[in-house]
Amino acid sequence: MTKRDYSLLGPDSERAVETGLATAEWYHTDIPRKEMKALMQRSDQPAIRDAIILFGSMIVLAGIGIALWPSWSSAPFWLAYGVLYGSAMDSRWHECGHGTAFKTPWMNNVVYQIASFCMIRNPVSWRWSHARHHTDTIIVGRDPEIVAMRPPALFRIFLNFFGIFDALNGWKRMLLNAVGNLDPEEATFIPEQEQHKVIGVARVWVLIYLATIVLAVAMQSILPLMVIGSPRLYGAWHHVMTGIMQHAGLAEDVLDHRLNSRTVYINPISRFVYWNMNYHVEHHMFPMVPYHRLPELHEKIKHDLPAPNTSILDAYREIWPALKRQLRYEDFFVKRELPGSARPYREDLHEQALSVPAE
Amino acid sequence: MAEWIDACATDDIDEEDLIRFDHGDRTFAIYRSPNDEFFCTDGLCTHEQVHLEDGLVMDYVIECPKHNGQFDYRTGEAKRAPVCANLGTYPVKVEGDRVFVEI
Repeated sequence: MTKRDYSLLGPDSERAVETGLATAEWYHTDIPRKEMKALMQRSDQPAIRDAIILFGSMIVLAGIGIALWPSWSSAPFWLAYGVLYGSAMDSRWHECGHGTAFKTPWMNNVVYQIASFCMIRNPVSWRWSHARHHTDTIIVGRDPEIVAMRPPALFRIFLNFFGIFDALNGWKRMLLNAVGNLDPEEATFIPEQEQHKVIGVARVWVLIYLATIVLAVAMQSILPLMVIGSPRLYGAWHHVMTGIMQHAGLAEDVLDHRLNSRTVYINPISRFVYWNMNYHVEHHMFPMVPYHRLPELHEKIKHDLPAPNTSILDAYREIWPALKRQLRYEDFFVKRELPGSARPYREDLHEQALSVPAE
Repeated sequence: MAEWIDACATDDIDEEDLIRFDHGDRTFAIYRSPNDEFFCTDGLCTHEQVHLEDGLVMDYVIECPKHNGQFDYRTGEAKRAPVCANLGTYPVKVEGDRVFVEI
């Protein structure tokens, strides 16, 4: 059984470079250039509509929550507000970080900055972190965004349904950055000329949190923290639930997103919160396609992809047994079957990764 | 010493699009702007050496297909992270229906 080291500074990182897994060429389904060009086209309209719904709902829900405070009757409104703050902002951070949500760059930037603050992800550091995630998706020692490592830290994942580990880490990192330091792992993927921006943003955030805390103390109430900060905890569950579906239980150290990513059909409300990132194989294969065109892309390439999971429950019926098995046997993973119409997996590229027993 | 190389026909590139052009051991991207002008840059993104041929041309910007970094293909200027270093650019001329690049 292979012991893994997920740190970006450890021996698995060196091994990934030596074996050609780092910054490698990945498998892509063939799509005629004209069709792909059409799918990549940007538009402001869908994201403006969604932003109005999102921010409008947040204002209304928080307004009702404040009006009913401190009665328990305010709780449902806070829970709904929390999901928009602590989960929908995750997908907004993601899509606007790619720059594909809106056609107009400043609109992407404004939503990206707001979403980064809500998710406590430094907008500079995490842009680089996510670029690495796309370069080296689920490559051990290279990808800084692997959620379900092997053996899976189930208690940590459970705590993250309430944002506990990620939020505490985010606040800790913010304070570290605000005093002018970078985490050594951050320094491996953020170019030197960008590093001062990390520190500048962290200092602005500290001021916002300080103002919120001062207001809470002045009001002798946690109400300001119900609006800013704590929704990252009580509203995190949805983005963790959908985020785990992306890669958990699937192959590591492969160069084909069909082996390490999962597409899941989900309900329309979760699709709004998650901004269509349930089409995750498609997103990784073609990250330039905006979220609102992913269903079309899925229709065009599904003949070449494993069958999607049919629901969130169906995905967890695959993930949960796989994670439990990885507790005892780290090399286990689910190898997803391709339909007959698909181009087969390149066994020669994945000899090492696929040689261990799978499902 | 630089010389003018016959790279492609004007019709080989759609408006607001690009094609890949390989010459010797080097690779380039040739663009046709929305205003029917032609430009040439290095073919590989300066971030992680991904070829720009599958990227998206929007007005005078080329977006890298891997990480969505952007360059102004007229000047090679890096416009959006994660790209920081500029692309090399090369003179282009059109004679008849042919596009020539000075390399």
